[in-house]
Amino acid sequence: MANKNITISKKTRRLMIHETVSSYLFMLPFLLFFVGFVLYPMFMCVFTSFFDATMGRDDIFVGFGNYKALFQDKVFWRALWNTLIIVIVSVPVTCVFSLWVASAISKMPVAATSAFRCIFYLPVVTGSVAVTMVWKWMFNNYYGIFNYIGTATGLIENNINWLGDERYALGCIILILLTTSVGQPIVLYVSALDNVDKSLVEAAEVDGATQLQAFWKIKWPQMMPTTLYILVITTINSFQCFALIQLLTSGGPNNSTMTIMYYIYYNAFKLYKYGYGNAMGVILAVIIAILSAIQFKAGQEK
Amino acid sequence: MKKPSRLDVSHAKSKAYYVFSFAVVVIFAILFAFPLYWIITGAFKTKSDILSTTPVWWPSEWVGDNFAKLMNSRSVPLFELTIGRFKIAGPTIPAAIRWLLNTVVMAVASMLLTCLTAAMAGYVLAKKRFWGRGILFSLVVCAMALPKQVILIPLLREMSALKLYNTIWAVIIPIVGWPFGVFLLKQFSESIPTEMVEACRIDGAGEWRTFTDVMLPMIKPGVGACAIFTFINSWNDYFMQLIMLTSNKNLTISLGIATMQAENSTDFGLLMAGSALASVPIIIVFLIFQKYFTKGITMGAVKG
Amino acid sequence: MKKFFAIALALVMVLGLCACTVTETPKSTDAPKATNAPDANVTQAPETPAAQDVDISLWTYPIGEWGKQETVDALIASFNEVYPNIHVTVEYLTYQDGDDKVNTAIEGNAAPDLIMEGPERLVANWGAKGKMVDLSDLWTADSKADMYASVEAACKAASGAYYEYPLCMTAHCMAINKDVFVETGAWQYVDEATHTWTTENFFKAVQCLYDAGYKNVGAVFCGGQGGDQGTRALINNLYGGTYTNAEHTAYTANSPENIKALEALVAQDGINFDASIVGSDEINLFVQGQLQMAFCWNIAQETNNADALTFDVFPMAFPSPNATDVQLCGGIWGFGVFDNGDAAKIEAAKTFIKWACDEEPEQCAKASTYWSTRQSLANMYEGDEMKTEYGMFMQYLGDYYQVVAGWANARTEWWNMLQRIGSGGDVTAEVETFVTNANAAAAG
Repeated sequence: MANKNITISKKTRRLMIHETVSSYLFMLPFLLFFVGFVLYPMFMCVFTSFFDATMGRDDIFVGFGNYKALFQDKVFWRALWNTLIIVIVSVPVTCVFSLWVASAISKMPVAATSAFRCIFYLPVVTGSVAVTMVWKWMFNNYYGIFNYIGTATGLIENNINWLGDERYALGCIILILLTTSVGQPIVLYVSALDNVDKSLVEAAEVDGATQLQAFWKIKWPQMMPTTLYILVITTINSFQCFALIQLLTSGGPNNSTMTIMYYIYYNAFKLYKYGYGNAMGVILAVIIAILSAIQFKAGQEK
Repeated sequence: MKKPSRLDVSHAKSKAYYVFSFAVVVIFAILFAFPLYWIITGAFKTKSDILSTTPVWWPSEWVGDNFAKLMNSRSVPLFELTIGRFKIAGPTIPAAIRWLLNTVVMAVASMLLTCLTAAMAGYVLAKKRFWGRGILFSLVVCAMALPKQVILIPLLREMSALKLYNTIWAVIIPIVGWPFGVFLLKQFSESIPTEMVEACRIDGAGEWRTFTDVMLPMIKPGVGACAIFTFINSWNDYFMQLIMLTSNKNLTISLGIATMQAENSTDFGLLMAGSALASVPIIIVFLIFQKYFTKGITMGAVKG
Repeated sequence: MKKFFAIALALVMVLGLCACTVTETPKSTDAPKATNAPDANVTQAPETPAAQDVDISLWTYPIGEWGKQETVDALIASFNEVYPNIHVTVEYLTYQDGDDKVNTAIEGNAAPDLIMEGPERLVANWGAKGKMVDLSDLWTADSKADMYASVEAACKAASGAYYEYPLCMTAHCMAINKDVFVETGAWQYVDEATHTWTTENFFKAVQCLYDAGYKNVGAVFCGGQGGDQGTRALINNLYGGTYTNAEHTAYTANSPENIKALEALVAQDGINFDASIVGSDEINLFVQGQLQMAFCWNIAQETNNADALTFDVFPMAFPSPNATDVQLCGGIWGFGVFDNGDAAKIEAAKTFIKWACDEEPEQCAKASTYWSTRQSLANMYEGDEMKTEYGMFMQYLGDYYQVVAGWANARTEWWNMLQRIGSGGDVTAEVETFVTNANAAAAG
């Protein structure tokens, strides 16, 4: 009996080693790229954040100096604040809007559903640079379409310098961001609505539940995983908004559209503060990790 | 796969709501499609149409001036090769064409490499039990949540140390290393019954044969989704390109258009022509492979 | 379908190959050692000191036609007639993204060998960071004697090293839309003969245009990036302020003259502080007729936009209290060499500089559409009407102060200050912030 046990465990161990070796061989091509160009730079990012690294001289170890400096940097707080505003506004709006559009178009004939799904996805496919260019034109102070519509309909009295006015610039950025971020959630929600157990919905309707009740009581819980996923990806995307800022406002006017992403770039490539930029990157990563974890926890509890 | 939802018309109220929501969706759809419409018509408008303070909704006259200017602004050789002591330079072509070609090469290379590496890694992560699997997979998930721009400075230093800076590889490699493809294909591979893989192994097929003959054909739709997803994302991945590419001849189309914007900041006709050149090909690709694409997006989410 | 693609691909490749240009270049290792074979030396052209083939890269900012490919290609072709062994590849930068590109390239160890720009970048920025090669050996006694003294001073770092060898210079001015000025009657405020105006007349003219219905007369652009000389010159000149002290060690934007100027601009109808546009946008808007005056102007803007201009441009000096006491900002452009650790490339880059600035200074300076930095070429544009018109501004050239340490940071602070003032900030407080931050950058 004992003898048999030993041979089995020996056999499993051999098998296990074989499996491990062959698995790693299969993983090798991916691991090469992943470790070399994602994990290693991530490690270096954390590592360099403890150095005063700049152009033209060796890095100097400063411990937590960069982090300390960050907490005293007013622009950093402004950037963090702006980034949070972007996230706080765009994430719920994206989720609610895409859920509504998805539920409206999923009731339509298949061809219409797929056509609308495409149209809402277009701004994503168009690409950030092309999208930015056209919005820059539409927001133009002198001959942009927004000022024309605004003045023609009497909504605004004089031309508004949308991107050059502290009061509006961030709003404009968020609006553009919204148009490029609802595409994916709509696709997801449409398919989630499709996969809802139809018999349950029908049973509830037979029992006299209204459509709204049926939605909240039956469909919504079933779509929870999708919603969770959408929350996470939208949050990450909103944090990463960069091309819009770089090409439209460069963080201005008066830092009103400065985001952390752009401030990292700005510090690294305009002020040559590499270590400082890395420290900011680390903080951004930590914030995103915490937010994602919270969203996951909240989702799982429900 | 998709069945038309049954439209419940039993209540007049819900019918009214249906009409109302249809109308609102149509309005939003028009608003969402408008920027693209504005790019394409803008590319063909005359200068005075562009500058008019009253928007010209439909070009008063369709002209190719903007494209002509786009093609005439800079020129670069089609390709350059150095073999020993011979330097071969291709014919000189407009830079915009070269940018478009660069982008295609870049997107196709990242797509192929990503699909291959991700299919292999996703397969073993889903079907094998081996030491370190749990840690590896959680690393993959964590890395996905991280904004990739965070690593830009170390990545730049790394690429320059490897002499890859200002080559198209500096853009391709980080895309291939990005773990979304692995995640997607791991989820997909898990839906393949383990018995089929094992049956093949019992028949005496090696690991590689099992993968190519059994696994690959079955996860084909997943690979297709991964391919189209990577293609579109790398086409539009502006940030990496901005950091890694400098030479005019190495630019991608989005980066090229952004550079052009710096030079001709408010020449919107020219910028729209460039934007059209950058976006129309990818939109066509998207429309053709739309089905795979939607499937890919949903697959990553539902099972994640 | 597959076959079709294959055939199409093959066709494209064949066509591509047909149009190829194959150049055989004697590789350095193949060439016999020149020192051991004196006979080989005899056959060499005497004016080619570099017998080996060297590839160098030149990055240019849009300095007149040095930003145009046809012009630069032609110049390089004539350079290669004399020095066939030096192959120059050119990249064209813009003021909007050029700095970022160079900075990333430096960090990526791929900085260009040669760069064409002015002292504020070559000397005060990259030179001060130790990235540039000292070009003292190019500054021979002859060339020092021929260059304007102020130019030489600007190209020299505090350490005594020269990080720039200059080619051309100009005076930055402003421009007005003459047609509109004549139409509205604002033309009376302009001194047509001297291209100058007093501060008082400038504001009268702006008001006159505004009253005539031109709501956007001029824009104090402050979106960032290049073109800052325009806003600086406007503000400094209005009431005779200065930008830095005479020693170029501290910023003086908080002087009463500058505060008065900023307050006057804020109060003036028709002048907007516009944070959504940068210098190049302003030029474009002026050319398109949206703005009636441009503060970011010089002769190259007029030649570059000649096709697009539909009205008569009248170049003007910036307004100043007595009109003729104006101090214009100059631009001094030339070449700098990045230290990439390759002696052969540095030598080749210097050869190119010597060719452009010493051997062919007239041709190369004319390509910039600006004036030569050599006194001996002061009259190279004789008889050219437009050059004479713009040449008038050279006499008003002021102090070249853009070599203060921390210039790049100070410029960013300048934009931010204008943005804050434009969005209603208190002028006195904001200039103090600017001076504090900019001086901090200058100090360390």
